Amino acid sequence: MKRNIPLIITFLVGITVIFSEFIPHYPFGMLSGELENWFLIISGFAILLGQLSLFKVNILKIKFKKENWQYSVITLISVVVMIGTGLLWGTKDNTGILGNGDQIIAVMGSKPFDYLFDNVYQHLQATMFSLLAFFIASAAYRAFIARTTESNLLLIAAILVMLGNTSLGSFLTSWIPEAISFLHLPKLAEFIMKYPTTAGQRAIMIGAGLGIIGSSLRIILGIERSYLGGK
Amino acid sequence: MAQKTIDRRWIFLLIFIGVALPLIFIIGLPIETTENVRMVYEMVENTPPGSTVLISYDFDPASRPELYPMGLALVEHCFQRDIKVIFTALWPMGVQMAEDVLDVMRQKFPNKEYGVDYVNVGFKAGGIVTVQAMGKNFREVYPSDMNGTPISEIPMLRGVKNFDNLAFLFSLSAGSPGIKEWVQIGHDTYGRPTSGGVTGVSAPSILPYVNEQQQLTGLLAGLKAAAEYEFLMDSPGLATSGMDAQSIAHLIIIIFIIIANVNYWRANKAEKGGK
Repeated sequence: MKRNIPLIITFLVGITVIFSEFIPHYPFGMLSGELENWFLIISGFAILLGQLSLFKVNILKIKFKKENWQYSVITLISVVVMIGTGLLWGTKDNTGILGNGDQIIAVMGSKPFDYLFDNVYQHLQATMFSLLAFFIASAAYRAFIARTTESNLLLIAAILVMLGNTSLGSFLTSWIPEAISFLHLPKLAEFIMKYPTTAGQRAIMIGAGLGIIGSSLRIILGIERSYLGGK
Repeated sequence: MAQKTIDRRWIFLLIFIGVALPLIFIIGLPIETTENVRMVYEMVENTPPGSTVLISYDFDPASRPELYPMGLALVEHCFQRDIKVIFTALWPMGVQMAEDVLDVMRQKFPNKEYGVDYVNVGFKAGGIVTVQAMGKNFREVYPSDMNGTPISEIPMLRGVKNFDNLAFLFSLSAGSPGIKEWVQIGHDTYGRPTSGGVTGVSAPSILPYVNEQQQLTGLLAGLKAAAEYEFLMDSPGLATSGMDAQSIAHLIIIIFIIIANVNYWRANKAEKGGK
């Protein structure tokens, strides 16, 4: 019973949503709309559940002094500080429990939440993403070696796209006459991105789409049950 | 004989210098526009003044360097053409990103009034289902804006019931949920013109949607597209100033690739000669 009821619910909901795509009239349209509203409400709770899970995982890590437990302390402090400042003094146009915190704004220039978001969080995230440039440069140096015909093609395409996607591409080939303008690096890069890359990407997308249809049907028909948990 | 390799710290150092110096000493390399960017620009140009559009900020600060300049340029273009903008976000941090753009726009366009010319309805969880529900009934998903003002009290939203009342949908997307959801629902289900801006690395996975069916009406891909958009608007900004740095960084990467290949060929030749 514990497993059959969720399976029946999944089947009925899945079938209703599929039907509503083909028959968007009463009762399927109405049912599908109602299910969408339920999904939005559940999504809101999922965020709350995620927060609770974050606390649980990190508290347990600290309690049992697991490897790198110190980072969990920082995580929890950060979460509490951000939630706390947001609740107490609000964000930008929103008022918090203690009002707007005008005295704090006079000192910090903005509300504590906004100050932390603008001056700490944004820069930390931007730094993490910016590090990619360094790793990509190092990885490109090691990976783009012309060993075989395939790697030669990859290497040429990579260099053309890299140059074409910068102002340098325009600068280097701006002298090329209009009659052979297809040799402009930005145009070559655009061609590579538009045709060979897109063709390959479409093949991947069609494959992934078929895979999603297959796994969705398996879930709706109760063949795939791993989402129910347990063995 | 083993292939010579360069200590990766030299690569890091040169990339750092290559990015930092052009930001300080601007070179001013030329910018050439591409078809996908022109399509987005023309879509905005062809939107009648007074129309309402929806721009979704589906990214967080990690992708800000590439997507924020696009957001700035696009909103500036819309405001120049008296197009009313609904700001929303499928990512929690997107709300803050939209607010940052609005802070700049409030200074550039002091006459634009909140609720009349633009509105920020905030973040809503649910991804594709949120978009689907929005397409059916906008007010059911957003009964109020991000400040809690009921939709019925916001003048520019009085006539907005669903996607039929929007001239186009635009997603500044750094992943999922994002531009794919807007295409699949906004265009494919409701038939609204849809476009977007993505980071350079995710462009190949989105480009298939720019096709004859115009699932996407053009695409802004990476910082270069943002610079091209600024160029088309004749309003150089953040993206244009970042292009020199990106160009030099790419050039350094290409030089290192050439060095690596020369080293490989020399090592290979030496190995064959030794046999």
